[in-house]
Amino acid sequence: MKKAGKLGMSLLMATMLLVTSACGSGNGGTNTAGADNAGGTSAPAAASSEPAAAPADKKVTLGFAQVGAESGWRTANTNSIKESAAAAGYDLKFSDAQQKQENQIKAIRSYIQQKVDVIAFSPVVESGWDTVLKEAKDAGIPVILTDRAVDSSDTSLYETFIGSDFVEEGRRAGQWLVDKYKDSAEEINIVELQGTTGSAPAIDRKTGFEEVIKSNANLKVIASQTGDFTRAKGNEVMQSFLKANKKIDVLYAHNDDMALGAIQAIEAAGLKPGEDIIIISVDGVKDGFIAASEGKINFIVECNPLLGPQLMQAVQDVLDGKTIEKRIVTEEGVFTSEQAKAALPDRKY
Amino acid sequence: MVKHHLFWPLVMLGALLLFNLLYSPDFFSVQMRAGKLYGSLIDILNFGAPLILVAIGMTLVIATKGIDLSVGSIVAIAGAMACMTLSKGTDQNMLGLVLSAVGIALVLALALGLWNGMLVAAFGIQPIIATLILMVAGRGVAQLITGGQIITVSSSAYKFIGAGSLLTLPFSIFIAGAVLLIAALLTRKTALGLFIESVGCNPEASRLAGIRSRVVMIAVYMFCGLCAGIAGLLLSANVSSADGNNAGLWYELDAILAVVIGGTSLSGGRFYLLGTVVGALIIQTLTTTIYMIGVPPEITLVVKAFVVLLVCLIQSETFRKTLVHRFKTRRYPAEREVKRHA
Repeated sequence: MKKAGKLGMSLLMATMLLVTSACGSGNGGTNTAGADNAGGTSAPAAASSEPAAAPADKKVTLGFAQVGAESGWRTANTNSIKESAAAAGYDLKFSDAQQKQENQIKAIRSYIQQKVDVIAFSPVVESGWDTVLKEAKDAGIPVILTDRAVDSSDTSLYETFIGSDFVEEGRRAGQWLVDKYKDSAEEINIVELQGTTGSAPAIDRKTGFEEVIKSNANLKVIASQTGDFTRAKGNEVMQSFLKANKKIDVLYAHNDDMALGAIQAIEAAGLKPGEDIIIISVDGVKDGFIAASEGKINFIVECNPLLGPQLMQAVQDVLDGKTIEKRIVTEEGVFTSEQAKAALPDRKY
Repeated sequence: MVKHHLFWPLVMLGALLLFNLLYSPDFFSVQMRAGKLYGSLIDILNFGAPLILVAIGMTLVIATKGIDLSVGSIVAIAGAMACMTLSKGTDQNMLGLVLSAVGIALVLALALGLWNGMLVAAFGIQPIIATLILMVAGRGVAQLITGGQIITVSSSAYKFIGAGSLLTLPFSIFIAGAVLLIAALLTRKTALGLFIESVGCNPEASRLAGIRSRVVMIAVYMFCGLCAGIAGLLLSANVSSADGNNAGLWYELDAILAVVIGGTSLSGGRFYLLGTVVGALIIQTLTTTIYMIGVPPEITLVVKAFVVLLVCLIQSETFRKTLVHRFKTRRYPAEREVKRHA
């Protein structure tokens, strides 16, 4: 028995080693491949439009450590950064952290060793970045955060944070609702599908929404549960909402996927999504837009992943020595059903 | 009657349902809507079907003193594979395509079960480690299949598997029922059940007694993989999409919990399929209850954990005995003195 336990333990160790080493090498592989790729595609562009501000005649190198490829949103984000880096003529070194902080720290350290000009990354989690950011600072490499923030108290560790303002997204969703029901005298019952409990988008989108709908006493959130940002949970929770509450007028979902799951629950209950129950959602992914163009989602607040151009602008400004804002908010739109229908063919993600 | 293994699980399920009845009297109302039955009870059966399936497979694995941690990943892989095959086709509603998508996904699930079974039975790796490998790697495989994206399919034939209805009841209930029936018949009407229990008690002794322990073990893991695969199809068909990242996340834990609540011991050698079904229904009823009464999401897990703790304590014979003992014993110091050596 004891022997078996030891064997099991050593096997576990071996597996873990294998897994970590596989991750490491896999990461390295994509890393160099990405860099080669970026170098290859951006070379011609660089020849024609090399920015004058680059120090000497050396091409600007940008190291970017991405979270992973967990959703369509993230893929669009990655593509946007690769495309705009190529367009700006930067040499992009790209790495995929597979949603692990240690991979991301490894990638950032390797960028420091390679002496890239600027490091940009989307932190997997909020905390634990001080050491590696300090190393970058000591090496004199400016750091730009994209999409997600870090909770470091020392803001001098990074130049700027480019990303969506989740509270503002919530406010916009709420504002549309307030405008829609400003003349209504009866009570409007709202149910809310929250994102993953404790995540920044879930907390902020809820806060912003509540802040705005407070102005109209008729707007009431009667139920609010987490749907974990997934379709399956959105469906299941909405089923329960429909059974527990007699009258639901509005559904506010923190992302499109949950709204899509909820739409199926509403249809299963014999109601018409978008008519019997007004649906508001955040994100604006392709499937969400398709549903909106069919009139099943009434209002989408966009959460724009295409922040490549803004990132490249910030990189340029940092290298030019300009002082830039500590917080750059991505440009985002809002779409009603009709607007979504018109915009659908041009959507990139 | 108290001695019957289904007694305490059924009491707990009854208590949960009673709580719901008191909280909202509508809970038990079932109406006809658009040709199908509609109500909370139907929901519990419908959403509970995948968990019941996974838990049935898990029961047999646990009966051989094993455990399968990879079921959640197999759920994700099966859903991803089916949706991928469908999305490659030209006409997604073609019955042949849907059947082949389902077939490919189930064969893949069987193969993954075979992999687990080989690791455990042929190479003698401890089940918890052997299946941990696929648990970790499986989500990667699912993501690989979907390319890291959520794949949406628009096939009404495929959707029928998870969201369709037959004889006014959700189709998923029939699938779960059929698998339960097959498993029950195979294990209780043939010697297979006895073989499984015997292997769970002592694989070596069973082998010497003429049972092919390895074959039994491999078969059990394959069955578990198949069950998880079917559950994966139900889950992905229900929302017409495959999400490699989140489909079936933490399902293995719910399934193990359902098995344990149902009275099957983790030390193997004995299993109760019906107990497992009741266990899975308890978990699903609890989830639905939490949504219905509007527990704030921040404390949902605490409430769930508390109820599960309660269920487990009531199930535990030692705990019940201690409780009864406490009530019966008078607390004279002298009496305690006498009791000590016992």
